[in-house]
Amino acid sequence: MASKGLLSSSIARKFAMALSALFLIVFLLQHMSINMLSVLSPDVFNEVSDFMGTNPLVQFVLQPVLIFGVCFHFIVGFILEYKNWTSREVKYAKYKGSANASWMSRNMIISGVVILLFLGLHFYDFWIHEITHKFIEGKDSFIVNGESESGFRFYEELRHKFAGDFPRMILYIVSFIFLALHLNHGFESAWQSMGARSKKYTPIIKKIGVAYSVLVPLGFIFIAAYHYVTQL
Amino acid sequence: MKLLLKIWRQDGPKEKGQMVDYNVDGIEGDMSFLEMMDILNSQLIEKGEEPINFDHDCREGICGSCSMFINGEAHGPGRNVTTCQLHMRSFKDGETIFIEPWRAKAFPVIKDLMVDRSAFDRIIQAGGYVSVNTSGNTQDANSIPIPKEDADLAFDAATCIGCGACVATCKNASAMLFTSAKVAQLSLLPQGQVEGKERVINMVNQMDLEGFGNCTNTGACEVECPKGISLDNIARMNREFLSATAKGKK
Ligand code: HEM
Ligand code: SF4
Ligand code: FES
Repeated sequence: MASKGLLSSSIARKFAMALSALFLIVFLLQHMSINMLSVLSPDVFNEVSDFMGTNPLVQFVLQPVLIFGVCFHFIVGFILEYKNWTSREVKYAKYKGSANASWMSRNMIISGVVILLFLGLHFYDFWIHEITHKFIEGKDSFIVNGESESGFRFYEELRHKFAGDFPRMILYIVSFIFLALHLNHGFESAWQSMGARSKKYTPIIKKIGVAYSVLVPLGFIFIAAYHYVTQL
Repeated sequence: MKLLLKIWRQDGPKEKGQMVDYNVDGIEGDMSFLEMMDILNSQLIEKGEEPINFDHDCREGICGSCSMFINGEAHGPGRNVTTCQLHMRSFKDGETIFIEPWRAKAFPVIKDLMVDRSAFDRIIQAGGYVSVNTSGNTQDANSIPIPKEDADLAFDAATCIGCGACVATCKNASAMLFTSAKVAQLSLLPQGQVEGKERVINMVNQMDLEGFGNCTNTGACEVECPKGISLDNIARMNREFLSATAKGKK
């Protein structure tokens, strides 16, 4: 039997899944850090957002890679889930999953689907407007002007979204809780999928994973709550 | 003690099955789970009913045949035990106990609690061996120096009895723990490394072909495995498989 293509074996699929997930983990840390600037200093937040929004490398290399990464991750996630579901055609009358595995590890698809729904909302909230603003209305775009003139747009948009909108803040917070659950298992799992496991490093990876899965979503929750509460 | 048993009955591979209720009485805490099943079966035979089919052989935790999914867990609530090593003192008087066969597409039911685990045999046939000449002139194993740590790890992996509890318990019916133990017991040793790359690729391919699910790293298999086979083996197999695939088999 010749070795088959990249995604044709279960282990290779999980490896690809882990790679895309680790990429998303790096992205998420960056995203949270930049958002945190909106609490610390609106000016710096705008400057950095403007850079991210107009730099060609970010716009035309990193952004497509990110979109591909997200889509790849959830599509492969659905494929894996389907295959796993059909690997047991007749289900148990009694199945005690909690006896031997965490809720997080058994329900990656549930936490994942919540994140996906959130991404829909989040794209609607910010990204669609951003793209319309830049490419359809042709404002602020380096393509049109050669130079950006976005001013306080990013910060104002962000403030505006959370002004007096309690349901939106709650939706964001609930989504971040599911993100925490997804990452609580996912962070550690990704290393195992790649075969990175050792007596020395695995306990450290586990600790970093727990810290990451708590602190990053908590950061996002803080930011959403901050912009809501300070505009009451 | 008295128990209410809810047991899966299925006449044959193609027949439709169902859970059926049975009452048993006079069960002692010191009896093994299989002895309890024997008592139930002798009662059924006396009544002229068909006894419940289940696999068993050694009744001392070494053959791996006693596959029963008891109260939602492979081999029941005990840790590091097979069904034959599980004692009735783990249950309370008057308790209801669910008893089901291993459930996996790759392990079709033969009858009642008996399942066909030949998918495991085919994974072994795909590469779980070392090609040696056994015509009488084999070299003494001790003439090949092996680090103690590797020998121990290989031995730990080799304690897998092929029971299938890992598959039964995994939410994805994945056979990664079994396959990885069978890869590791050879790949950790110099004799096994010669055919290491094609072994891991062929065994993983066969595992996929049999219709087992993917690994989500939940770790349920390690908890339910009667021999305490470690997830380290799965990570090792992932490494070996990925590097063998990247480098090409030979
Ligand atoms: C867009 C919606 C998402 C969906 C539908 C989704 C779905 C999934 C599923 C089903 C798995 C488990 C795959 C398996 O092993 O069976 C998974 C794993 C994982 N996901 Fe997501 N996910 C999403 C977003 C994210 C995001 C935004 C991140 C990180 C920032 C992330 C990080 C991870 C990690 C680290 C793993 C573990 C990878 C592994 O086990 O190898 N996911 N995802
Ligand atoms: S790895 Fe453990 S649970 Fe799986 S077949 Fe081997 S002994 Fe049984
Ligand atoms: S009958 Fe042999 S392990 Fe249980």
